[in-house]
Amino acid sequence: MALVDGEPLIRWNWVADHLQDFVDLTGEHLFLSLAPVVLGLLISIPLGVASIRWSWLYPPVFAGANLLYAIPSLALFMLMLDLTGLNSRWTAIVPLTGYTLAVLVPNVVDGLRQVPASVRQAATAMGFGTWRRLIQVELPIAVPVIMAGLRVATVSSISLVSVAVLVGQGGLGQLFTDGAQREFPTPIIAGIVLTIILAFAADLALVTAQRLLTPWARSRKGTA
Amino acid sequence: MRTHRWVRSFAVSLYFILALDHITASTGAGEEVGRLITFDGVTKRYADGTVAVDDLDLEIPTGRITVLVGPSGCGKTTTLRMINRMVDPTDGVVAIDGTDVRSKNPPELRRGIGYVIQQAGLFPHRTILNNIATVPYLLGWDKKKARARARELMDSVGLDPAMASRYPYQLSGGQQQRVGVARALAADPPIMLMDEPFSAVDPIVRKSLQDEFLRLQAELQKTIVFVTHDIDEAIKLGHKIAVFQVGGKLAQYSTPDELLAGPKDGFVADFLGGERGLKRLRFFRELDAEEAAARSGDAGGPGPDGGPGADEKAGEGDTTGGSDDSPVGGR
Repeated sequence: MALVDGEPLIRWNWVADHLQDFVDLTGEHLFLSLAPVVLGLLISIPLGVASIRWSWLYPPVFAGANLLYAIPSLALFMLMLDLTGLNSRWTAIVPLTGYTLAVLVPNVVDGLRQVPASVRQAATAMGFGTWRRLIQVELPIAVPVIMAGLRVATVSSISLVSVAVLVGQGGLGQLFTDGAQREFPTPIIAGIVLTIILAFAADLALVTAQRLLTPWARSRKGTA
Repeated sequence: MRTHRWVRSFAVSLYFILALDHITASTGAGEEVGRLITFDGVTKRYADGTVAVDDLDLEIPTGRITVLVGPSGCGKTTTLRMINRMVDPTDGVVAIDGTDVRSKNPPELRRGIGYVIQQAGLFPHRTILNNIATVPYLLGWDKKKARARARELMDSVGLDPAMASRYPYQLSGGQQQRVGVARALAADPPIMLMDEPFSAVDPIVRKSLQDEFLRLQAELQKTIVFVTHDIDEAIKLGHKIAVFQVGGKLAQYSTPDELLAGPKDGFVADFLGGERGLKRLRFFRELDAEEAAARSGDAGGPGPDGGPGADEKAGEGDTTGGSDDSPVGGR
């Protein structure tokens, strides 16, 4: 995009006039990017648990999630358009949910796999049933690894949402099309900055949540 | 053949039920002192044809420490795990007080049997107090009662109360092992299974853990089945010792004294190692020391009975410390 001569990179008065729009768009962006992460997590946990229990299941699940990730996002959004229409948030949410699986499923599986055999054995010997052991012992111990996946999925989802503007969704992505159509750089710069801030804030929130959730994992040096 | 076995196990069961009735009647109290564990023609064969335990008959006395000892792959851990159904036998019957363990569902059975393993296997995400209170929680005890019980146990196994709110990673190996023992004791199970509980710690810590374990057991009188590959540990701790050989055969089952005085065959003699006479002497000396300690009233902990013997023992333990039945090796 060629900049128009004499047009400054950013016009502060335009920014000041559109603060309310920024707030609305950021809220919309946050919803469109976080809903897929939450849905992805809800799908990944049972998929991961099943992949551990029936190990033959993991290769196809893993390959499936990866292939999903290989589909260009724009193509996937376009395909969704036929199913959900231009005015539905699902048009953005469904494909983005698919993308989070590529990160979350392997992390759930790895998290469960790194529960020490001695811990699993001890839990069994104490009299935990299979489900109780999963919920009270294995999943909590897998939290740090799952959280690591959640951070990657969240940040990538925040950045991917913008593409969905081409199917009528996209939160802050609207600033990009707006700026591009009018050859007006200010909204584009504002959109980039806000997206980055949003990604940082979400990541920080997740790190904080993890610290609170797993005080036992802090500075885990040589768990004797 | 099969009917014969059934009849035999039925007769054995009946005998023990009657015997137990007699015992409870004669002591007059309903308090649980310990439980009798019996193996009757027990064989464990894995799918690949490996025989881990071969036609085992064994009677484990109540209120005593019985040690299963033998080289790697002799089936001692498998034997232990058949008691709480972590492994089910291919053939034969494992019974507690005459009741086939397979008549109970595994989680329920296991909540009544303490279990301690080599790597402690503490739950990294739970505080020390909550680790210890695990089984009481599972049994649905009131939270307050469970925590009070856990505090009490921290005291019995010699853990600083300040550790209650710490996490396992903040403890040393020896301290973790104490937590493991406390956790196994939490619901006051009549039976404790211990699988090389002191093998992963250094020799000095191991000795103090063993001494305190003996002191605790003198008080609690649990029925304890203790697995080790270290013959010196077996002699030190066991009231009875079952020596296993590779292939899951029981080579000899006797008291430490009988074992040292008269090993049944070459395998047992080899396993006992050289200096059998010396070991026997040391065994008696430790007995004397224990008795002396008991006479002088609980003088609080072990006396200074180490000396050169203890050092030598420590050295030996160290060289064998790495080998292990379980798939998870030492770190």
